[in-house]
Amino acid sequence: MEDLLQVVDWSRWQFALTAIVHWLFVPLTIGLSLIVGIMETVYYRTRDEKWLRITKFWMTLFGINFACGVATGIILEFEFGTNWSNYSWFVGDIFGAPLAIEGIFAFFLESTFVAVMFFGWKKVSRGFHLGATWLTAFGVVLSALWILVANAWMQYPAGMEFDPDQMRNVMVSFKDVALSPVAINKFFHTVFSGWVLGAGFVVGVSCWFMWRRRVPELAVPSIKIASWVGTVGILLTIYTGDGSAVAVAKYQPMKLAAMEGLYEGECGQSLVGFGIVDEEAGRTTGQGVKYEIAIPKGLSVLAHHDPDAFVSGINNLIDGYELNSAGDTIRTVSYAERIERGRAAREALARYGQAKADGDETAKAAALADLRADYEYFGYGYFDSPEEAVPPVSLTFYMFRVMVMGGGYLLLFFIVMLWLSYRRRNILEKPLTSIIGVLTIAVVWIVSEAGWVVAEVGRQPWVIQDLMPTRAAISDISAGSVQLTFWLFAVVFAGLLIAEISIMTRTIKQKREL
Amino acid sequence: MKHLFVTIYRFYADGFRNMTVGRSLWLLIIIKVAIIFLIFKLFFFPDILKERYDSDSERADAVRQALSMPADTVKPAG
Repeated sequence: MEDLLQVVDWSRWQFALTAIVHWLFVPLTIGLSLIVGIMETVYYRTRDEKWLRITKFWMTLFGINFACGVATGIILEFEFGTNWSNYSWFVGDIFGAPLAIEGIFAFFLESTFVAVMFFGWKKVSRGFHLGATWLTAFGVVLSALWILVANAWMQYPAGMEFDPDQMRNVMVSFKDVALSPVAINKFFHTVFSGWVLGAGFVVGVSCWFMWRRRVPELAVPSIKIASWVGTVGILLTIYTGDGSAVAVAKYQPMKLAAMEGLYEGECGQSLVGFGIVDEEAGRTTGQGVKYEIAIPKGLSVLAHHDPDAFVSGINNLIDGYELNSAGDTIRTVSYAERIERGRAAREALARYGQAKADGDETAKAAALADLRADYEYFGYGYFDSPEEAVPPVSLTFYMFRVMVMGGGYLLLFFIVMLWLSYRRRNILEKPLTSIIGVLTIAVVWIVSEAGWVVAEVGRQPWVIQDLMPTRAAISDISAGSVQLTFWLFAVVFAGLLIAEISIMTRTIKQKREL
Repeated sequence: MKHLFVTIYRFYADGFRNMTVGRSLWLLIIIKVAIIFLIFKLFFFPDILKERYDSDSERADAVRQALSMPADTVKPAG
């Protein structure tokens, strides 16, 4: 058992390391491809050589990031097969289909048109080149779509039916998988946050140029375009974040409760702006957050668009009740009952396997009926107590605040940078402005990674919501082998990051093109 | 058709020949892909179910056994 928990922990650390490193590259690719597309469009329309230089410079940085990031996501797929074989088999084609589509369409789209972007300046017409640049940006977003559809399915498993013969969830509706409310919100929220990250990077690097009084004729237009992208991007990120909050409240209420450190919910629930989490106090007294500064009724508005709506806390969800607007108690399925039904489903699955081996069709049909009746709570059957189904509250709570406060700062930052670039250009040349701009590069990445921590830690202990907990997803392998590959990855990724940062800073200093 | 392939070949050949930063990037990509596929995949990341079982049916049985309740806790069928 101890070794199993070690395998789970090390596999989770390894997956987190790989995903975090992969996510350093992806949002910058999404954001820079859009910004480069806009810049080249300005060049196409104005024929001004200044815009050609600007486009080529940022396109070079896009290329560096693209090259450093390419194939880092493949390692995640290796980990599925080795460390998470139960999961990998159980999700079947639902996970495989979107990833295959991503591999075939988006990868080839990107690869073809990236070549035209970099090799085609004097070989193809300006219009064809511009088309290639936009198609690259489109391909990048298309890649993100399929990955996010697969991730969204893990958070809200829709459009499938479990087949106990194959031991796989079989897709019955591609539309329900690809267009689930969780997938749509996740896709747009992630892509818009990529725009923000790309914009923060461009503004930050341009601020450095202003500080060093180098190529201001290129830096100021870059700041203007990136600040527009950043402002629009962060507003759209906030808007889609609202959609995500509603979806989380509906489909993953335990995650929402963890994000807020909320143990005992109420009608007209306030939204915690800041506070200190005390998980023990939350469990025993219902007061999970100390010294809180809260917005009255904020969480009810955020989660249900109704200032008087009831928002469930962790204890309410475990005990299985909520209140309606009149204050009446409404029973829901308690976690104790979910555990019982989950165990019944696992038992039915075992009976099904035995009946299959015995060739007993009647027993098989009976077991299948029992399995279907309780399948929606299948994953709860692995828990001994309801508390095991609660995610790490403190980490989720604090990361949510890092994301939201960072997002608020970025909105302010981009608006100020827009104003400065149009009205107060002399302030852009001040060292303080440049320092803030350069530091904001770190902020955009921290905010972006924090968002993923909220999404992925907040859904623990599930790899597939309600159906498969993390510890059931793991392979029968030794903890030592996972530790070894974890450290190997750490070394390789560190080398990769050093290489990217070194090539990128050298290129920025020399203002080089590919 | 032959002309088209020659044009595409020249497009890529000229592009690679005239690269500056791109040379370092391609070197980086080749090293990275070699490490990922020739070291990680070959030596450290086997597909566990494919390696241990010969058919999909055996793999499904293995996963069913892993995900079901332990046999001693299951009530008799029927």
